[in-house]
Formats: sequence, structure tokens, C-alpha cells
Amino acid sequence: MNFPAIAVIFQREMARFYRTIMESLISPVISTSLYFVVFGAAIGGRIETIDGVTYGAFIVPGLIMLTVVTQSVSNASFAIHFPKFIGSIYELLSAPVNYLEIVIGYVGAAAVKSVLIGLVILATAYLFVDLPIAHPVAMLVLLAVTSFSFSLFGFIIGIWAKDFQQLQLIPLLVLTPLIFLGGSFYSIDMLPGVWRTIALFNPVVYLMSVFRWSFFDTADVPVGVSLLAIALFTAICLAVVWWIFRTGWRIRQ
Amino acid sequence: MSAIVSVRNLTKTYSSGFQALKSVNLEIEEGEILALLGPNGAGKTTLISTICGLVQPTSGRVTVGGHDVVRDYRAARGLIGLVPQEITLEPFEKVANAVAFSRGLFGKAPDPARVETVLRQLSLWDKKDSKIMPLSGGMKRRVLIAKALAHDPRVLFLDEPSAGVDVELRKDMWNVVADLKAQGVTIILTTHYIEEAEAIADRVGVINKGEILLVEDKASLMRQMGQKQLHVELTEPLSEIPAALAGYPLALGPEGRSLVYTYDTRGERTGIVTLLSDLRAAGLQMTDLSTRQSSLEDIFVGLVRGQLVGGQA
Repeated sequence: MNFPAIAVIFQREMARFYRTIMESLISPVISTSLYFVVFGAAIGGRIETIDGVTYGAFIVPGLIMLTVVTQSVSNASFAIHFPKFIGSIYELLSAPVNYLEIVIGYVGAAAVKSVLIGLVILATAYLFVDLPIAHPVAMLVLLAVTSFSFSLFGFIIGIWAKDFQQLQLIPLLVLTPLIFLGGSFYSIDMLPGVWRTIALFNPVVYLMSVFRWSFFDTADVPVGVSLLAIALFTAICLAVVWWIFRTGWRIRQ
Repeated sequence: MSAIVSVRNLTKTYSSGFQALKSVNLEIEEGEILALLGPNGAGKTTLISTICGLVQPTSGRVTVGGHDVVRDYRAARGLIGLVPQEITLEPFEKVANAVAFSRGLFGKAPDPARVETVLRQLSLWDKKDSKIMPLSGGMKRRVLIAKALAHDPRVLFLDEPSAGVDVELRKDMWNVVADLKAQGVTIILTTHYIEEAEAIADRVGVINKGEILLVEDKASLMRQMGQKQLHVELTEPLSEIPAALAGYPLALGPEGRSLVYTYDTRGERTGIVTLLSDLRAAGLQMTDLSTRQSSLEDIFVGLVRGQLVGGQA
């Protein structure tokens, strides 16, 4: 393993995060607070408890996931797309590094950022609601795994995208709908019959379900199934990245 | 074999169908400076990019220090430093960080002293904490060179190093190149400025349309292919070359005020002495004589045009 390479890639990506620390942390905090005001206070007041949890608390795992998933994808996709766009990727491609080292550096940094943002949102949530965490260790592990797998997904998008428009396309057209329809702000039990079945095809449902389980000990789908789905998603992303670097798809001529 | 870079039957066809390299063979000796000359689109950058790992070869084999650049890429790439043609740098990064990054990427432990040496060598030390974006084009190119040198490569590729570079930087760059050569670093540079090749290269390779036309020791290349011209300035302009001199390869200079005699320096007899006496016999008065060696440029132009011996067209 080329550890110095992993270290410098990771450090450089984190330096980018620190340079824009205000934007990186403040904006999720503000948007989370807005969600609390709108969903928690304005709408939540009219909603009964869901599975014995107040609506304000119920949406916290969903809010964290919403931000963590979108931030992971946008951070990781930008991190690799930018050097590809300006051409400085030449250095990465001519250096004695393998795909795993590049992935650990870039995806690792993007995932760490997401975890930090997730924790900041969690801390913000405590300002608004009482929040039990039934399985704190599982919660942290899930946060880390989700950050990693969606950063990996973002990394693929960053390589796939031919310009900055395409870079925005997947998050906007695919990710946001999946997250909103994935039970971020409601339990899929609340959906009418057919839609519930359809929802089960949405991978984000499994993510939301197991993450909410780590807080409230109740889940829409069995925890084991959720874990399997997340593992499968991560494995597919890893395989795609491996294939990209093996074939040089969209990075090497 | 002492070749540090060995290219065998290398072919590259891009997905567009364009064949950039046609079975290229090239051996680069350790410690030499090789200049690759060729017009735009000749395949210079493709050749370098394939050796450095940026382009995947269609067929053929490249080794650097005995390591195959595809199968044993780690060992091969670790020996190489690449200065790309385009300025491609992360704009918000600080100069010193950019150089330290390159060193790490090539698997070397952090070494601030080494980074300082490289930065000083390229007159970048006072810019070390500056971000890259506001730097001038010349400064950015220095940063690219510093990045390529940060991991102490044994083979350095400079792709069009003097494109858009001012005289001062060019001079600095050649000093760096001379230092590196003294340390035993092998240097390959591509250029279409012939003076550049003439000034610093040990050997010159000419590449055109994806084929290496020749690779030759610079001095012997110029000796072998070099033609000299004797310019004879006349007191009275001529309208045509006198019949008595028809046997010589003579051309009439501007306004008939001079005669140009082209001869081969390899020949045992240059024919100058007999020409001069025949000139006098023909009653021509001369005011001045001068000779001119054909430059690498003439040779190059001749080769690319498909003529082995160039000369004045």
C-alpha cells in the first residue's frame, strides 16, 4: 500500500473542507433548523406520535440521512470531478497508486466530512427536541457506513459526469426523489397499499428504516434486510470503481 | 542493456479511430537528454503519456527501469516525473502544499527540506505560501516542474516545456535540466522549437504522423546531414549563372548580387577551391565570402517533408 499517497490525498481533501468550513457546516445547520421549524413545529403539531415517537423527534434520523447522503454524493463527486475537469488528474493517473488507495483517500475524506456534518445536525436537533438513541454504537456505525457508501456512489458520478451540469443531474433527478420518497419524514406504513409495495424498491427506505431503528428501536423493514441492502449497495459501488480504474473508463484514453 | 526507457512496437489507436502511434520503437539511455521533435499532432504527447500511464497502449510494450508500465506500473511510475504541456493545477492550493502533495502521491515520506530545495531551485521559495491561482503563467509552470521533481525521479518528461515561457524562465529551466543531468537524471523533452533541442539535447528524435523518423546523436546528425552553403557576394549583379559555371550546384542570390554554393561537409573535396578559381576565370569580382552550416531546423523540415537532404527549396 502506498500510505503516503493515501495520506496526502486525504489531507488535501480535508483542507478543502476546512477552507470552506463555514459553508460546509453552517448551511446544513441552517437548513436542518428550517426543517425543524416547518416540519417539526408547524406541521408536526398536527401529527400524532408515530410508533410512540413525537413527530419532531421522528424526523431527526431522516433529516440526518437526507443531509449525509446528499453531502456525501456532492462532496465526493466534486472532489474527483474537479481535478478531472481542470486536468490535474494527470498526476493521480501517472502516480504509483492503485484504485483502492485513491478511493480510500478521496472517499474516506468525503465520508469523514459527512459524518462530521451528520453529528453537527444531531447536536442541532437536541436544541429542538428530546431525542433518545436506543443503539448509539449502531447509530454511529450506520452513519459511517452510509457516508462511505454514498461517497463511493458520488465518486462514481464524479468520474461519469462529463461536465458540471451532469454532476448535478443524478443528485437532483434521482437522489432527492429517492430520499424524499424513502420515508425521511414519514413511516412507509403510512403509505396506502400499492405505494408501500412500490416504496420497498427504493433502496433509501432500507437505509432510513435501519437508521431510525438505531434511534427508536422500531423499523419499517427488518434490520437484517436493511443491513444486507446497504452491504449490497456498497459492494456494487466498490465493484464499479474497481472496474473504472481497471478499464480507465472516462479517465484514461 | 543500459536503456532506462524501452519502447517496443508501441501502437496507440484512440477510440475515435485516430492512430496516434504506429509501431514506435525507442530506446532511451540512462542519463541522456533526448529531444523529441515533431510538428503539432505528430504523436509526441501520446508517446509520453503512454510511457507515463495516462494513455493505455493499444499494443506493444513499454518498460521503465526494466519495469513494464502496465503490469508493474508501481515500480515504473515511481521512477518517472512528468511535467505536462497544459497548466493543470489545483488553483486554491498553496505552492508548497502542491509540491508536498506530489511527493506523497509517489509514495515518498514527507520531507520539507527536499521540498524547500526544489522550490529554491525553481525560484519559488518566496511564493511557497501563495495560492496557485494568482501566480503568473511562468510561475505556474515552475510549480509544475517542482511537482514533478518532488519525488526525485530518475526519468523526467518535459512536454513542451517552453511553450509560452519567457526568456528568464527558459534559462532557469535549462539550468535545472543541466543540474539534473549532472545528477544522472534522464530527461526527455518534446518541443517544436528546434533551437531548444539544438541547445540542450544529447540525442534528437524526430517524430511525425505517429512514426519515429530517426533518433540520432545530435552532433552526428548535424554532421551527417549537415550541408554547408558558401555565399559569394559579387560586385556586379548577374542576371543568370554564367555558362562556364553550369557544372556547379549554384543558385543565384537576391537581385543576382550573390551566388550560393551548396556543398556537403562529408565529401572529401568540397570543391570550393576549384569553384573560386573558376569564378575568377569567368571574370567575376567578389566582395565577400561567407559559409553557413545548415541548422537542425533545415534537417527537420527536410525530414518532415519526406526529403532526406533538405537544403534550400
